[in-house]
Amino acid sequence: MYKDKVTVINESGLHARPASMLVKLAKEFSSDIKLISQDKNGVAKSILSVMSLNLAKGDEVEIEAVGQDEKEAVKALVTFIKEGCGE
Amino acid sequence: MISGIAASSGYAIGHAILLEKKEITISTEKSSSISNELKVLEDTILETTQQLQKIYEQTKVEIGEEEAMVFESHLMMLEDPEFMNLIKKNIEDEGYQVAYAVQLASDFFVEVFENMDNEYMRARAADIKDIADRMIRISLGEMTDAMELPKDAIIIAKDLTPSDTAQLDKNKVKGFITEVGSKTSHSAIMARSMGIPAVVGVADISEILKGSKEKALTIINGFTGEIIINPEQSTIKTYEDKVKSYNAEKEALKKYKDIKLQYTTGRKVSVAGNIGSVDDLQLLLEQGAEGVGLFRTEFLFMGRNEMPSEEEQFNIYKQVAEKMPDHPVVIRTLDIGGDKVISYMNMPKEDNPFLGLRALRLCFSEVNLFKIQLRAILRASIYGNLHIMFPMIGAVSELDKAYQILRECMNELQHEGTKYDENIPIGMMIEIPAAAINAAEFAKKVDFFSIGTNDLVQYTLAVDRMNTEVAHLYDPFHPAVLELIKNTINAAHNANIWCGMCGEMASDVDATKILSSYELDEFSVTGSAVLQIKAKLLEQTNVKQID
Repeated sequence: MYKDKVTVINESGLHARPASMLVKLAKEFSSDIKLISQDKNGVAKSILSVMSLNLAKGDEVEIEAVGQDEKEAVKALVTFIKEGCGE
Repeated sequence: MISGIAASSGYAIGHAILLEKKEITISTEKSSSISNELKVLEDTILETTQQLQKIYEQTKVEIGEEEAMVFESHLMMLEDPEFMNLIKKNIEDEGYQVAYAVQLASDFFVEVFENMDNEYMRARAADIKDIADRMIRISLGEMTDAMELPKDAIIIAKDLTPSDTAQLDKNKVKGFITEVGSKTSHSAIMARSMGIPAVVGVADISEILKGSKEKALTIINGFTGEIIINPEQSTIKTYEDKVKSYNAEKEALKKYKDIKLQYTTGRKVSVAGNIGSVDDLQLLLEQGAEGVGLFRTEFLFMGRNEMPSEEEQFNIYKQVAEKMPDHPVVIRTLDIGGDKVISYMNMPKEDNPFLGLRALRLCFSEVNLFKIQLRAILRASIYGNLHIMFPMIGAVSELDKAYQILRECMNELQHEGTKYDENIPIGMMIEIPAAAINAAEFAKKVDFFSIGTNDLVQYTLAVDRMNTEVAHLYDPFHPAVLELIKNTINAAHNANIWCGMCGEMASDVDATKILSSYELDEFSVTGSAVLQIKAKLLEQTNVKQID
């Protein structure tokens, strides 16, 4: 298991477009990836799950991955979120 | 008389087709074979995916990329592992049949989204319901083929979801009528994109229609919101003529959409549009407007109990910037006064609010509010081509003060490390006669002017055009007014800045000749007049098309 934290920088939070970009990226890895924020957690490969976390700008989220490529997965997602999810 | 909210302009005479979704009953009985249900689920997902892909492609071609996006998000939901796992769990662990399993999974997520504090997220619940409905109908073999439509169908429904409209043969649909909805409903947006009339909010229309012959002859007036069922022959004739002339006009104007114009002196002239909301932008885009000459921001501040936050304003300005990235978008700072009631602002009771603490003067008095608006505009400026415009300036000292406050905002943002367009053009409205007379002084200090003729005429002629006793004296063509306009435009050109006009006069075809003789740089008009004014400009001897 590997995990790391990152803060959301998108002005409108993780709405549909950045969320779907994030999910597309998560699906490239074989590991199971969780997003944990405050007391909620979501599945990174599920668009409904990611959107229902309703992450806003400034929210800190922990990426936790379990599997063969857990380290790469976490690093990639943290970088992606740090840079604004492609927005 | 039957009427509703006019949501898309135009006229249509056609036959009413009532779109009623067949009620489906979903059995909560357990299934006799789990493996069978899982097979049905697999087939359902395959069929649903194929349908959605087809609809996505079709919509992209027939309407546009933006409208097609909603189906792309439906497709993403179909691939959502959490959604699928929940459905499978309902089948495997609970033993339910596919339809109910999907219903339960949908209900679960719908509840999550409907309880979010974010309006955008709450609207996503409708998407989940839509896709679940499609899956359920497919699994039950209830998916009806596209309805057989007459060639002049007027679609009537309680409401129209993206899926409903996607099924329709667009060539045969001449108009929409819905019971619920507003100007921003999906059906209204679809109708505007298709260029056909739509009237929404017509209570009981399905009941009314059930009482008439099937496929009743129906007339829609998309300008007034009026609907006439089984009209008389004379009414039909009247509307047939209306349709003819309206279509002829529209066709004739279409060819002006993408052309660019200039004066024979080489100076460019553009036709932009005025908006008072984000939705207004749609019409401008359809008409090929070359920018937004005036974005009235008052709507953000009215009809609420607390000030709009910087974030909320930022999102609106960003949206507009992104939708029109290649043309100037001029945002006017708050221009409001004692004639309107704003509970969260300190507005003194005045005997003469039009000559009182309004617009920029009010903003100086409510500096924190002013700074929040400026910050929001600055932050949004990196997403397009935004300009800032100050209203109601009479003295250079007022302009200087506005600049000072703007610079404070810029410094604050810089300190915070927040990006903004450092070269954002700053302009002012010319509406107080003093500014028009002293235009040369002001021209040195701004990047552009926009003439607000509505107030300029009132102040110059001392006439309240809302006062029926004296309204006849309101005359934009009064020599004194023309003199002020001419002076303003010349002063701008002498200082090498551009001068636009956002007042009603710009939208008046009878004014085009004289305004183009002054070489007005930008005509910012109401959305529906864009092509008309462009056509009128091209008629002028000193205007030609840029090849």
